[in-house]
Amino acid sequence: MSEPWRIVVAKPGLDGHDRGAKVVARALRDAGNEVIYTGLRRSAQQIVDTVRDEDARFLGLSSLSGAHQHLFPRVCDLLKQEGLNDVIVFGGGIIPVDDRDALFACGIRAIFGPGTPTSEILQFIEEAVQVENSGVGEASDWYWTSSA
Amino acid sequence: MATEFLTDAKTGDRRSLARTLSAIENRTLRLDEALAVLGPVPVPEDGNWQTLAITGAPGVGKSCLLDGLLTSWAKQGLRVAVLAVDPSSPRTGGALLGDRVRMTVVDDKELNQQIYLRSVATRKASGSVPVIVEDMTKVLLSLGWEKVVIETVGAGQSEVRCAALADRIVVVEGPARGDGIQAEKAGLLELADAVLVNKSDLPGAELHADEIRESFELGIGSTPPVALTSALHGTGIEDAATVLLSLPSSGRSVRARWRERLLAFHERKILESPKLDDLLHQLAKGSIDLNEAMSLIGAFTDE
Repeated sequence: MSEPWRIVVAKPGLDGHDRGAKVVARALRDAGNEVIYTGLRRSAQQIVDTVRDEDARFLGLSSLSGAHQHLFPRVCDLLKQEGLNDVIVFGGGIIPVDDRDALFACGIRAIFGPGTPTSEILQFIEEAVQVENSGVGEASDWYWTSSA
Repeated sequence: MATEFLTDAKTGDRRSLARTLSAIENRTLRLDEALAVLGPVPVPEDGNWQTLAITGAPGVGKSCLLDGLLTSWAKQGLRVAVLAVDPSSPRTGGALLGDRVRMTVVDDKELNQQIYLRSVATRKASGSVPVIVEDMTKVLLSLGWEKVVIETVGAGQSEVRCAALADRIVVVEGPARGDGIQAEKAGLLELADAVLVNKSDLPGAELHADEIRESFELGIGSTPPVALTSALHGTGIEDAATVLLSLPSSGRSVRARWRERLLAFHERKILESPKLDDLLHQLAKGSIDLNEAMSLIGAFTDE
């Protein structure tokens, strides 16, 4: 049996709603992963510290506040600064389709909107580890095309 | 490749520390290999503890309380590492590790250099948790973390065994956890070197603390300190932090604790035996029985 993936699920910024993040955390857990949930209102630095100290392979960011264009790239920049280039980052929440290309350009490998089946997120996890250089600071320009 | 992150861990790089612990946890790195690079585990100062277990039922406030204790210790300049052990699902092997949610000290820019928090899932399917936690503890000590705290739910055999590995055991209780008879029941309290009754702001906390004290006084030997705390309001935390830092062993549970450690050691011998796979196969086929398997593993005879 292979070891489970360690996945940090985080809520950056001033955003009080975490039902979505908890549903995703639960789905990831039930698929056999070790999920570290940060709780609400984390700063980018706090999230990156958690990823570093917990040696996470994946980071999932959730935002429903509309501040994703500021917060997600900030987290990605800090990850790169700290040399955590191989961490695979994905996001979700209320993120308009028009905003997504800019986030993919930062190294985020998937954005899941409302209505995404959790099975799709699990498929993404499986595929992302197969893709070479899919970490946030790595060379691949691959990203997952989500259904929602 | 393995030695690369080990040498970086030695320079204080947190990412490499995290990687080293993962390698220990995944059994891709043996403890002796790690210590060969990192250096030996320091010998504790006379009578002082290096490892402390904080344990108690779910929901009594262990994580919140520990957050307060860590803040106090970090302010005194101590470097403390925490291994927060949470159960893996026996069905799927997954785990939700939520202890960080309560830990404000890791968000404190002044103090978080002195605190390392690592969530550990019990991963029952792939090996023995107490063994892994013991090895991770040794790695942290050899890297210069002065104190290692093991936080674990005090239910289930492997969790109790994790606690038994520590130099001192602190049991966290809460009010409204049953009448005086509950305090007399055998169990975790017997292993305690100190008891903190948390949620002292709620009714019944004083009474529960008294019942535990009474129960201890009926026993033989020194009585462990029983203190009231409220992690929510921060009352009693500073006092508790001071008491715990110089906590002597109560000496009441030496035998019980060695029993747990011996069982963990025995389990380790079996789980780490290179013959394990083959023996399980033979047992499943019915070609050997349990007695033969035990003697083939040589768990009793190894050095």
